Amino acid sequence: MYKYSDFDEAFVRERAAQFRGQVERRLSGALTEDEFRPLRLMNGLYLQLHAYMLRVAIPYGTLRADQMRQLAHIAETWDKGYGHFTTRQNIQFNWPKLTDVPDIIDALADVQMHAIQTSGNTIRNVTTDAFAGAAADEIADPRPVAELIRQWSTDHAEFQFLPRKFKIAITGSADDRAVIRAHDVGLQIVEKDGETGFRVFVGGGLGRTPMVGQELRAFLPKADLLPYLEAIVSTYNLMGRRDNKYKARIKITVFENGIDAFRAATEEEFARIRPSFEGVDQAMLREIEAQFALPDFEAAPVEFYERALEVDPLFRSWASQNLTAHRRADHAIVTVSLKAHGETPGDASAEQMRVLAEIAERYGYGELRISHEQNVVLPHLRKADLPAVHAQLLRAGLATANVGLLSDIIACPGMDYCALATARSIPVAQELATHFRKIGLEEEIGALKIKISGCINACGHHHVGHIGILGLDRAGVENYQITLGGDAGPATTIGERAGPGFAYDEVVPAIERILRAYLALRADRAESFIEAFRRLGPAPFKEALYGEARDAA
Amino acid sequence: MSRKFTPKVVTANDLRMGDVVYMTAAGSWTRDHAEAELIEDEAHGELRLLAALGQPGVVVGPYLAEARAGANGPEPVHFREVFRTRGPSNYPHGKQEAAHV
Ligand code: SF4
Repeated sequence: MYKYSDFDEAFVRERAAQFRGQVERRLSGALTEDEFRPLRLMNGLYLQLHAYMLRVAIPYGTLRADQMRQLAHIAETWDKGYGHFTTRQNIQFNWPKLTDVPDIIDALADVQMHAIQTSGNTIRNVTTDAFAGAAADEIADPRPVAELIRQWSTDHAEFQFLPRKFKIAITGSADDRAVIRAHDVGLQIVEKDGETGFRVFVGGGLGRTPMVGQELRAFLPKADLLPYLEAIVSTYNLMGRRDNKYKARIKITVFENGIDAFRAATEEEFARIRPSFEGVDQAMLREIEAQFALPDFEAAPVEFYERALEVDPLFRSWASQNLTAHRRADHAIVTVSLKAHGETPGDASAEQMRVLAEIAERYGYGELRISHEQNVVLPHLRKADLPAVHAQLLRAGLATANVGLLSDIIACPGMDYCALATARSIPVAQELATHFRKIGLEEEIGALKIKISGCINACGHHHVGHIGILGLDRAGVENYQITLGGDAGPATTIGERAGPGFAYDEVVPAIERILRAYLALRADRAESFIEAFRRLGPAPFKEALYGEARDAA
Repeated sequence: MSRKFTPKVVTANDLRMGDVVYMTAAGSWTRDHAEAELIEDEAHGELRLLAALGQPGVVVGPYLAEARAGANGPEPVHFREVFRTRGPSNYPHGKQEAAHV
């Protein structure tokens, strides 16, 4: 499998040694906090509400079993025995001491990992779909292209001083699992007349001014990708606003100039620079593709698996919720839920990490993935092994059969950890999950995506939740805004605000009112919440939330 | 007319451990909000904050946080500061951990 080719051992070791020196100089007083702060942030070390936090990158959400085991070791040795997987395919350790961080960084380097953060107004790490390389519905593995973009943009002069940071996401399938239309540039691998290329979106983003990316090109031939991206970025460099931080993202550039003007400028620039690309990039891509080669899949009969589905109801319900079709019929993709009811979304204990590493090693060709929905993915498992895998997950508290259901909630750390937060998000997620299990409605409600952010930065992607919850500080009290009808899939939609916010202890009852209205109004069981919302519009749900009183007031 | 000064405490995070600390009347640092000095005068508050800023080898990011007098000493006012006296709500970690053993 893929070995992080860019992982330059010498470079990372040197950075680790440098950081050790910087920590020593900070402790001795030779460096002030103002001098040290940018250095620690570059090394992924943040100061949160109650402690430091170390953020470790997981490029393309792809992890090896030995790396997962090392994360468990770090959690146990220098933290409180767990790690938190984020929506940005990172793992965060919430309790390191400053004096231990150099040792942690060395331990990461031992397994070719690091906490170095790309910062500043450059092209950030390219994100992809957690099922990349495994999904049956995939046209091509998006990771090699993502890696090509990363390598090409890293030292590219034009892209070091952009008006703002710049994020690219790529999906290899029509069922977008990388939220590409919420990125500055979104790429979808498509096929036309047997040729592979990209559908290109531009100008999406969440945060303060959420916008859905618009189509810039319906089909871009594969070999044109880098010149076309360069043309987009150059156009943005010229047209983008540098006078106002909040207006500098490309989404505002596209919005203010209109997609047609932006497209015309991009195409003109593209025509100008295309001849200077002579195919070196395509040679590079072929090399990278070889590094992402798939494992040698072992064929296995599926009868035993099918039999287990028949006789074991627990296994059957887990399989029906947590499996996704693999490119091979005798394999499956397993999503391991890190959303056990009442637990913190995205948290895994050191013991659980070890179990996952062991399963990956024994049954899964050593591969693991972290999804932006804060779950762990075992991308390649033989169906024949699934009953054994399920039993092992069950013993580790990792067999929650809730992927895609109400309790599979995305929640950012919020004010339990994050220094920027305006309210908590984790306990809201915990209470929603336990409440709906208690009243027995989770399965009845079916497919539903609830997403919670603890401030306007929207790390919990609340705008694209079917039900989004945004925690705010209203005159010194936590207050939660509810948005309805958002969607992160191929039909990306920004949810609309339902109305006035709710106090902390009113949130769960408010969500229950919305969902009871859905159950009463849906055409049949097959109509999901989001489908019913699209058919009926927001009015009946707002009425359920606020009652007639609101109209009268 | 200037607004009435509301009482404050000086708070920060410990440089080495990262945990929340408060400044006492003696100018030392405590982990316990109730042991903090309740500052009731604006000019005095500025001086105490300067004193805290003068200890970069001990604490990070000192600031004045609103507080009020309570039965056992100063109490936090804003919910963010209440959380800082306890720790996260999802695990018994942080200050509440020490308080419960
Ligand atoms: S959304 Fe806000 S509170 Fe949540 S993690 Fe991001 S910055 Fe922190």
